Amino acid sequence: MKRILIGIKRVVDYNVRIRVKPDGSGVVTDGVKMSINPFDEIALEEALRIKERAAAEEVIVASIGPADCQQQLRTCLAMGADRALHVQAEGVVEPLVAARALLKLVEREQPFLVILGKQAIDDDNSQTGQMLAALWQRPQATFASKLELDGEKARVTREVDAGLETIEVDLPAVITTDLRLNEPRYVKLPDIMKAKKKPLETLTLAALGVEQRQRLKHTRFDPPPQRQKGVKVKDAAELVAALKSKGLL
Amino acid sequence: MSNRILIVAEHDGAHLNASTAKCVTCAASIPQSEITVAVCAADAAAVAAQAAALQGVAHVISLEHPANAHLLAAVLAPQIAAIAGPFTHVLGPSTTFGKDLMPRVAALLDTAQISDIMAAESATRFRRPIYAGNAIVTVDVDSGSKVVGTVRMASFQPAASGGSAPIEKSAVSAEIPSHTRFVSVSAARSYRPDLQTATRVVSGGRALGSAESFQKTLYGLADKLGAAVGASRAAVDAGYAPNELQVGQTGKIIAPELYVAIGISGAIQHLTGIKDARTIVAINKDGEAPIFEVADIGLVGDLFQIIPELERLLG
Repeated sequence: MKRILIGIKRVVDYNVRIRVKPDGSGVVTDGVKMSINPFDEIALEEALRIKERAAAEEVIVASIGPADCQQQLRTCLAMGADRALHVQAEGVVEPLVAARALLKLVEREQPFLVILGKQAIDDDNSQTGQMLAALWQRPQATFASKLELDGEKARVTREVDAGLETIEVDLPAVITTDLRLNEPRYVKLPDIMKAKKKPLETLTLAALGVEQRQRLKHTRFDPPPQRQKGVKVKDAAELVAALKSKGLL
Repeated sequence: MSNRILIVAEHDGAHLNASTAKCVTCAASIPQSEITVAVCAADAAAVAAQAAALQGVAHVISLEHPANAHLLAAVLAPQIAAIAGPFTHVLGPSTTFGKDLMPRVAALLDTAQISDIMAAESATRFRRPIYAGNAIVTVDVDSGSKVVGTVRMASFQPAASGGSAPIEKSAVSAEIPSHTRFVSVSAARSYRPDLQTATRVVSGGRALGSAESFQKTLYGLADKLGAAVGASRAAVDAGYAPNELQVGQTGKIIAPELYVAIGISGAIQHLTGIKDARTIVAINKDGEAPIFEVADIGLVGDLFQIIPELERLLG
């Protein structure tokens, strides 16, 4: 069966204004809205489109994290994923641990494509896809804005600093998504009902044989330095004068 | 020297990218550091010479192989991992080149990566932004673990040149995969300064209204100021500007002396990209736009009247 595996991370919604706890022990996440990492939603959308073109037969979504992740996995099933895998883990799951867990799922499910978001908007690491590709000894195509499948190969357009780079990779491969790959669909109410009947399997890191090692300790969280509020000028001439007085012109 | 630091050079085959000089500055801020730069290329001579001239660099290793004609992560990572043994730290720039490559290196070395290093407080303690820069986390690495990291470009000045490190050729012993192949790159070559390193940036948002208007309104002003051109995500999504101009959490994070935001409302993800700018100027018709919260100089009004007037005043 031609399968695509998608990695999903539950993150603080991108509209939430992040606040650092006064004691510097973390950021406030109690009671804030949680969502699917937006880049992962793009990854799922891409997989669904591939399946709709009959270039894949099954779309599997996987998430590693606490029990609450199942809310996001259900949303993915409502979007159209066929089944979900929840790898239960409490506490910090570093990208290398996530990559090792995904590798175990890859070995089990044998997908021809793994699509992940290019970064999670909470820790902004941008590592997991590349690490999975390294451990799997397969190609990676990161920051993808276009994905074309052609038999045993994929042609991927990547958003890089210089512009757009196109590479060709043999399949199976790991793709990470950039913003402009697609626009994810909205979930329809009847699909939410249907999603409740779709299979969601719960696993643990230990059962997969993955050690939840934490190599980096987060010892302190600080708010970023605030910029001083500036001045308002009333027209272009005053703007030029203000720039001159700052020695910028 | 107790900290031996390997930096992976970013280049285009002929020129060393300024990102490498910034990595050198970051590495030099780690106490008791000895810095080596690795240049992977088909013909490394020119780039290795530029790396050897950076102050603070003690050694340059050139890794020449025909497969290094294009800097593909899958091709480079095993080569870097193969020479990383004696080093305590392996650093690359937090550009799309380094973001693509370094986690692959870290996984091959079975170690964690610290992304977007903004400060090194010691050889094992680093600071980095999370949540789009809305929090800064201090990260401690187990001593004895190899540190793999990417260096945040807006946090470091490039190292000066004037050095003369020895260049040593190293044979490529790693097995090079053939499963990943370069096809093409479409880069709009511009005579304007590079966005990532420019001292002045003029940036436009959705309020510009169209690609034609973006060009007509912004490029003249940018040229008058000798500035690079940037764009908000909204402007890039709308097709007004190409993707490589995007500034923000998922685009480029920059630190120019002067940033002029024109018709940009200032979404939090955009502000992430410009926090380190010395002076921010905002021109926007909505006086309540969040960009004015961070602007040093704000001007509320119609950009289509203000910009031509500004150009005229600048002569």
